[in-house]
Amino acid sequence: MSLSRRDFFKVGGVGALVATVAPGTLAQSAGGAGSAGSAVLSHPITLVAEAGSLRDNQPVSFNYPDSSSPCQLLKMGRPVPGGVGPDGDIVAYSILCPHMGCPTQYDGEARSFKCGCHFSVFDPEMEGQQVCGQATQNMPRIELNFDAARGTVEAVGVHGLIYGRQANAL
Amino acid sequence: MSRIDDRIPLPPTSAQTTNLTCHFCIVGCGYKVHKWPEYQEGGRAPQDNALGLDFTRQLAPLQACLSPGMVNTIQDNDGSRHHIMIVPDKDCVVNQGQASTRGGMLGHLMYNGKGPSASRLTQPLLYRGANWRESPWEQALALYAGLTKKILDEDGPDEIYFNLFDHGGAGGGYENTWGTGKLIFTGLQTQKVRIHNRPAYNSECHATRDMGINELNNSYEDAEVADVLWSIGNNPYETQTNYFLVHWIPNLQGGTVSKKQQWFPGETVGRGRAIFVDPRRTTSIAIAEQAAGAENVLHLAINPGTDTALFNGLLTYVAEQGWLDSEFIAQRTNGYEQALSANRLSLDDCSAITGVPVAQLIQAAEWSYKPKASGHMPRTMHAYEKGIIWGNDNYRIQSALVNLVLATGNVGGRRGAGVVRMGGHQEGYVRPPFPGGRPAPYVDGEIIAGRGKILTTWACDAFRSTHNAQNYRAAVIRRANIVREAIDQARGASTAELIDIIYDAVTNKGGLFVVSIDIYPKPFGEAGHMMLPATVPGEMNLTSMNGERRMRLSEKFMDAPGSAKPDCLIAADIAKTLKALYEQDGNSAMAARFAGFEWRSEEDAFMDGFNSNDSELVTYERLRALGNNGVQLPVTGLENGLLVGTEVTYTERFDSEDGRAKFQPSPWNGLLPEAQQQKDKYPFWVNNGRVNELWQTLYNDEHVEFRTSRWPMTLLEIGSEDAQRLGISSGDVVELFNDYGATQGMAHVEPTIKPGQVFMQAMGRNGVMGDLATTAVDQNILPYYKGTWADVRRIGDMGLSRTVTSKRRHFV
Repeated sequence: MSLSRRDFFKVGGVGALVATVAPGTLAQSAGGAGSAGSAVLSHPITLVAEAGSLRDNQPVSFNYPDSSSPCQLLKMGRPVPGGVGPDGDIVAYSILCPHMGCPTQYDGEARSFKCGCHFSVFDPEMEGQQVCGQATQNMPRIELNFDAARGTVEAVGVHGLIYGRQANAL
Repeated sequence: MSRIDDRIPLPPTSAQTTNLTCHFCIVGCGYKVHKWPEYQEGGRAPQDNALGLDFTRQLAPLQACLSPGMVNTIQDNDGSRHHIMIVPDKDCVVNQGQASTRGGMLGHLMYNGKGPSASRLTQPLLYRGANWRESPWEQALALYAGLTKKILDEDGPDEIYFNLFDHGGAGGGYENTWGTGKLIFTGLQTQKVRIHNRPAYNSECHATRDMGINELNNSYEDAEVADVLWSIGNNPYETQTNYFLVHWIPNLQGGTVSKKQQWFPGETVGRGRAIFVDPRRTTSIAIAEQAAGAENVLHLAINPGTDTALFNGLLTYVAEQGWLDSEFIAQRTNGYEQALSANRLSLDDCSAITGVPVAQLIQAAEWSYKPKASGHMPRTMHAYEKGIIWGNDNYRIQSALVNLVLATGNVGGRRGAGVVRMGGHQEGYVRPPFPGGRPAPYVDGEIIAGRGKILTTWACDAFRSTHNAQNYRAAVIRRANIVREAIDQARGASTAELIDIIYDAVTNKGGLFVVSIDIYPKPFGEAGHMMLPATVPGEMNLTSMNGERRMRLSEKFMDAPGSAKPDCLIAADIAKTLKALYEQDGNSAMAARFAGFEWRSEEDAFMDGFNSNDSELVTYERLRALGNNGVQLPVTGLENGLLVGTEVTYTERFDSEDGRAKFQPSPWNGLLPEAQQQKDKYPFWVNNGRVNELWQTLYNDEHVEFRTSRWPMTLLEIGSEDAQRLGISSGDVVELFNDYGATQGMAHVEPTIKPGQVFMQAMGRNGVMGDLATTAVDQNILPYYKGTWADVRRIGDMGLSRTVTSKRRHFV
């Protein structure tokens, strides 16, 4: 199994509703954790979707926290741990398998993310828990914020280390 | 503050780098250990970190296998603190840069006094005054050796019992099997020893060895070039992960055709096929179908315990078709006609017994044994594991299987072939001869019957890994408590007085003195009276070999916690203490039995053991030179100063007096009686085995949040129909019970589990399948763990479904 760098980056962009805001516009702390006075990595706030336009069990692709990190957002159609939005059912994950970085595919029938490289399976309805597989962490979960007034969902952070990075902020 | 999990420190180019073979499953993946001072780190540019990777931008898929589970911060005895990172070795031919979920957490598990390692044993502990108290080694050894000597002198060696590892990897390896073997077999000379996972001191592979064939006789590369891969009672995705992913899957995907063409010119070759023999559809079968296409995978879903009939039916059929390697049979074997005559079974009868349709039997035979278009016999590799090792009459099944392999010439040097166990642990066995006979004493039964005065459980946990486990556990705890009560009354007693008090309790009151030598306190040890702290690879140098007999040196890179010691040196300390006691007595004959333990390091034990007994060419220095690729045993010589090994064994002679392999009559004999009794009485067959994310008795995993959050309780898979009928949902706690015991599990509804069957995780932390396992054994006391029947009832929803996924574990 091999994937070219080009194929890989194609996966991320497909279907993204809103591109990540240009670097610097919303970054909260340019210095990052290396600076005194900072204990968290800098994360942009990125508009991902309008909650009202989401369809149950249909993934929406976007990039976060930057353009080389493909993610997917899902409205599960029933309340789930970590879910946001009016129904508590909207979640999002980095889709790069935390084992060796192959893009996972969402299987709507199994309601699971699956990695075709080494056959790991993850559950978006249980905070990305590895159902069976070779990763040593669950799928990195994108922290979402639901703006009730505007009806929008924003990505605001990442829980877990995205594959292929020393830190989530490049 | 919570753990920061969104970044990892990178090793600088100046980091110390050493080799480590993963010490869990038999595959033995190669890892690199990077170690560097705390408060330093490498840069993101490729020239600025020891990984040589460019972290200034997103890495491409498959470029690395790296996660927070691979890093840690440790402290050495001199007080210096270091970061470590343990990453899979891209240059290792075994795993080629891949980590399984188990090996991928080696770094996380190393001792730092916090997290999972906080529970490690760091000092000897003695039970005194209803409590565990730290003790100097000298006092612990004086008590252990003093009591042992008194029993040896008064009662002889048959009252001294051991539950003892015999494998490689952690809690094993050539250094430690030798150290313990020399103490127990040469020094103490007791035969009351059982192996870590079974109730007697026996081989899991007596039959194949009796037939002249050791069970590890090919290379992992053979799986890449086989026409057909048989997986018999074996679930390789979950139990030999990287052997399956790195060597089997490419063959099933058609990725090794050019290699086959190079190796076998003029021979018909193509994409590999797989045949699974298993009553359950496993995750491996689903993945094989995904990789090869369902049309290239055959699942023979046999009735439990009917393997012998399957292989006898196939042998009969291939003989009728003439798909035999007649030249091989004539020149390299004995006993073919007698075995065929004894085992003859028609396909119809075979189908009736096994439940496998005749058409599938013929399909399997045609794929595996019918000459190919080019006229060559197919290259068929037969891999097996606990489904038949813990099967219905181990000796007979294994004989039936090896007969079929011999008749078709699929062992003995042919590439792409072999009849091999897939393995559990790595191997690493070198010991003086076992002083008992065959069959060996049924040690667990004797403990239940009240025999034995001291029981040392060494790097294993029989509470979770024996049959009739509930009754065994109850007997150990009851007898240990008798000694505890005696100890509690011994206020202020000297070691000598304590020895007399304990001896009285174990001699006159039915007590049992229980000692655990291990890396963690476990329920077995906690029920006893003394715990001694041991080490893991990385804290000591350790050699083992994997499933293709590939021997490597895992190098020490950090100090052991507290005063923990390698098992071989603990054995040496016990022997030296006994020797001194006998010298004090002026008993030079007995003192001599405990001589030869003046080892300063594990390397001394290696030289006394493996080097002196197996191959004088093999030294630490020469293994170090070969890194994570090591050498495949047996070693045949040196070339340019490097060890030369053996890829495939038995190219000319088998392990027998005349060099020929031996067929063994092994007719179908039905179910073992104890199992049949439970089957007649209870509705569910309790299949059992390992779960991908968990290793062995969970000795590490039960301390790791990533594991316990996924598996808070022992897995119990149940089919949809049965679950619905019993009102059971995924996440419910259920009870299983039969005439032997009762235990619990966490239900997981899996639609492919057949009605009347369940699958339970073996050796679980809070549900012990062995509690249900009957006392059925084969002629060598190999238990039929896989064959017990029980009833199932729902206990209730204990909230597990709120935190544990209910999704299907199968890829497809």
